[in-house]
Amino acid sequence: MTSTVRTYLARLLPQLIALTMILAAVSIVFPGFLSLEIQNGRLYGSLIDILNRGAPVVLLAIGMTVVIATKGIDLSVGAVMAICGATAASLITSGHSLAETLLVTIAVGILCGIWNGLLVAVLDIQPIIATLVLMVAGRGIAQLITEGAILTFNDPGLSFIGSGSFAGLPMPVVIWLAFGIIVALLVRQTALGMLIEAIGVNRQASTLSGVLTPVLLIAAYVLSGLCAAIAGVIAAADIKGADANNAGLWLELDAILAVVVGGTSLLGGRFSIAASVLGAIIIQAINTGILLSGFPPEFNLIIKAAIIVFILVLQSPRFHTAFAFLKMPRATAKPTEREAK
Amino acid sequence: MKFVKALASATILAACTFGTASAADLVVGFSQIGSESGWRAAETTLTKQQAEQRGIDLKFADAQQKQENQIKAIRSFIAQGVNAILLAPVVATGWDEVLQEAKDAEIPVILLDRTVDANKDLYMTAVTSDLVHEGSVAGKWLVDTVAGKPCNVVELQGTTGSSPAIDRKKGFEQALSGHDNLKIVRSQTGDFTRTKGKEVMESFLKAEDGGKNICALYAHNDDMAVGAIQAIKEAGLKPGKDILVVSIDAVPDIFQAMAAGEANATVELTPNMAGPAFDALAAYLKDGKEPPKWIQTESKLYTQADDPMKVYEEKKGLGY
Repeated sequence: MTSTVRTYLARLLPQLIALTMILAAVSIVFPGFLSLEIQNGRLYGSLIDILNRGAPVVLLAIGMTVVIATKGIDLSVGAVMAICGATAASLITSGHSLAETLLVTIAVGILCGIWNGLLVAVLDIQPIIATLVLMVAGRGIAQLITEGAILTFNDPGLSFIGSGSFAGLPMPVVIWLAFGIIVALLVRQTALGMLIEAIGVNRQASTLSGVLTPVLLIAAYVLSGLCAAIAGVIAAADIKGADANNAGLWLELDAILAVVVGGTSLLGGRFSIAASVLGAIIIQAINTGILLSGFPPEFNLIIKAAIIVFILVLQSPRFHTAFAFLKMPRATAKPTEREAK
Repeated sequence: MKFVKALASATILAACTFGTASAADLVVGFSQIGSESGWRAAETTLTKQQAEQRGIDLKFADAQQKQENQIKAIRSFIAQGVNAILLAPVVATGWDEVLQEAKDAEIPVILLDRTVDANKDLYMTAVTSDLVHEGSVAGKWLVDTVAGKPCNVVELQGTTGSSPAIDRKKGFEQALSGHDNLKIVRSQTGDFTRTKGKEVMESFLKAEDGGKNICALYAHNDDMAVGAIQAIKEAGLKPGKDILVVSIDAVPDIFQAMAAGEANATVELTPNMAGPAFDALAAYLKDGKEPPKWIQTESKLYTQADDPMKVYEEKKGLGY
């Protein structure tokens, strides 16, 4: 058991170091950063803000990890967020119950996933192209649903998903924690994870050895769509309105970045859900840190880019070889054979 | 096509022969950018309404955010021989050729809401708001409201580098200069969206002692203010009382917030750009009076005293 924990920690070590360094750096610039207090029966503080604001990207990253592990990519998640947010808002304002709204919204997300999955698995279109279709068209669909305006609602049940709290934690955090654990258990306590990795490493070989490749591929995109649907509901519930133009805009890129920062290769194969979640939290910690630090907004993107480049360099194989080389015992310190004689 | 052209020129000829054209038989082409925001949808609705009120036959063309579609639309308006063209340009450059064609056909072009980088002779006039002025109206309201008391202001900027963000910031700072009791303590971009407005306001509240150091919020648009209001409420403070909220645009939702006492003031960016444009056109066609090259729309200030619920009811049908 301890050895599994140790291998797990070793896998997550670069991400944990990066996160600790960022948190330390921000708390130097802004001293009150790490303080936590209980306000209105819930934890309150910048650390909680990071977990809370990071919710959409964490959820997208969970689905994206599985898709990327199959050597795919899902560019449509941001647009699917917008579609699902718009669906939820329009259903709740037209008088449907919360349960109906959530069920239909989740179904819409799954439908989007099936669409992507069919294009990739059955029609064999390259994932980047297949999902680009929905990325472009999806925002248009969302705008059709909201008729171009921000669709606002006041339903307390739906708003609770965005700004309520459970066991002292904001609802979005509870949702992504629970969802992340379920998905991680599902792929790691069964053979699913290994089969997904097999597809990513060599799709043809997996098919030939009896893996149900098309079914698993579609399932991966369905999971991604489901994650986007939940993220879309959270984003809409947070501002009590569906903003088809801006909801989830560019978040597909943040999700891909989270997966990469988490150390999963874009070439497919081995993946770690926990590492991707950490990656998403790292990105959000940078965002929140920049906001708290009080730098002028012109610097936001430059600072973010610099930190991310630094993290990626830390992870690169070349850097590891160089590091190992430096740690090698110095050859000159030992007497050579000839001198010994 | 030739037949249509001939017919169109015959109509113009007829119009010229039978005296000055009254508003009743005016045909005006309107090339709109597309549906990019609620405000633009409201502008389209109001332009159609204004045309109908004046009995103008409005030919509407939606460019779907593409300049080439706008150029095509203008060429087809010229071919149809309209009396005037309204243009809301999607970008600032690349208009010289098609504007010259309109000028050669002696069709006046009026720019709505944005201007172009072209020779000023190529269009009759531009109807736009003054972004710097909007910012200073908001700033002046805040200066008058705090009346000399010390006040820390936080600012939610628009998208970094966009002209509304730059100009609305400039105008606000101009209005505040010379009033040392008012100080902008934090300023960050909220990208003009509710989500970012809420997120950035949350960090402002954390950074300024749970919001106790903040006396007022200035947001470059209403959407960011609406997001920030939610953040203030969730932090256990009363927006509109503990923290004054002033923003720009006057979209319907901010009037709901004002009616609830959660927002204090907004400066209107009027979607009625067509009204002044049609007035200028009518004056020009009647006695050939050239309007000034720039017609500035009014930047009206709305506060809680202006019956926000009534304004909300008026505005919500406009397609915002």
